[in-house]
Amino acid sequence: MDTNSNSRPLSPHLQIYRPNLLMVMSILHRITGAFLPVPVFLGIWWLAALASSQRYFAEVNGLLTSWPGRLVLVVSLYALLHHAFSGLRYLVWDAGAGLDVPAARRLSLWTLFGAIATTLLVVAVFVIKAG
Amino acid sequence: MVEFTLPAKARVKPGRTWPKPEGAKRLKEFRVYRHDPDGGGNPRLDVYFVDLDACGPMVLSALIWIRDHVDSTLTFRRSCREGICGSCSMNINGANGLACTTALADIDGPLTIHPLPHLPIIKDLVPDLSHFYAQHRLIEPWLKTDTPEPQREWKQSKEDRGKLDGLYECILCACCAAACPSYWWNQERYLGPAVLLQAWRWIADSRDEATGERLDRLDDPFRLYRCHTIMNCAQACPKGLNPARAISKIKASMVKRRV
Repeated sequence: MDTNSNSRPLSPHLQIYRPNLLMVMSILHRITGAFLPVPVFLGIWWLAALASSQRYFAEVNGLLTSWPGRLVLVVSLYALLHHAFSGLRYLVWDAGAGLDVPAARRLSLWTLFGAIATTLLVVAVFVIKAG
Repeated sequence: MVEFTLPAKARVKPGRTWPKPEGAKRLKEFRVYRHDPDGGGNPRLDVYFVDLDACGPMVLSALIWIRDHVDSTLTFRRSCREGICGSCSMNINGANGLACTTALADIDGPLTIHPLPHLPIIKDLVPDLSHFYAQHRLIEPWLKTDTPEPQREWKQSKEDRGKLDGLYECILCACCAAACPSYWWNQERYLGPAVLLQAWRWIADSRDEATGERLDRLDDPFRLYRCHTIMNCAQACPKGLNPARAISKIKASMVKRRV
């Protein structure tokens, strides 16, 4: 055993590694997944308010449909769709396909495109219906 | 364990700027990670200027030029200078690769050179790879057989030999392992892309008779299953190999033998 091994500094890692699409998509899968409990709790809160009283429901419903509330809901929608499309990407990989670097990049771009497009679509439908 | 920041004593401080070579027409700036095990203190980033007309075409040529003409204390590993020994693996402008096969002409602007990421540093660009080599030993990278040794050689069809293409070329430079965030956070227990590619190289070998035993040894939540298909390994490999695919094939073999 080396006697000076304690004095060996750890070389820089995350601080210096150049981010790339695949690396960023991997961490986004985790971040969006970790965000998903937020809309679940908001939904439960909304239902609980509905069951408690008309006045409290009006208050909670007002909060969730305010502009900050809508922003949180749209972000939640994106997180859900991103995580779902990303999950499909992992399914393809688990089946042993799309594992060379160009194919993996294409899959990741499709994931991003799918999540953004479906989010915009759902938001558009709501805007038109409310319109 | 996931730790996004460096320990205080490992943080990189600004270092010395070495004088520019006299009379040079084409200069390239090199920022190089330095750690002096005898001097104590934090690692630092020294700045050198290389005369491109005086040195060879590769990043390694420039490092050798710096050591010969500017600073004889600059320390790095190198041997074959043609991408087969795997000694000069390092982080060049944020991506792992071999200094000897990375052309200076391909890189615009200044170069920043760090040692392979998330490893204990012995000196300058020389990381301690003993743990990495110990993990390689763990997978027993040699032919294991029960049948008596044949009179001449172990025979293999061309087709079976072809299954080792894309695997046998690995030079164990550790570029992939040190590029893998999963390996950064769990290298005590996760074997990492290089070692798992080597493991698959022996599982896939038609002459090897220890497949079950090899799979048993890998069937562990940490040793194998910390791969999350981040694919930094395949993007970093200077030999163009794909450890992520090899790992996927090991995982598939685990499923196949269960059903």
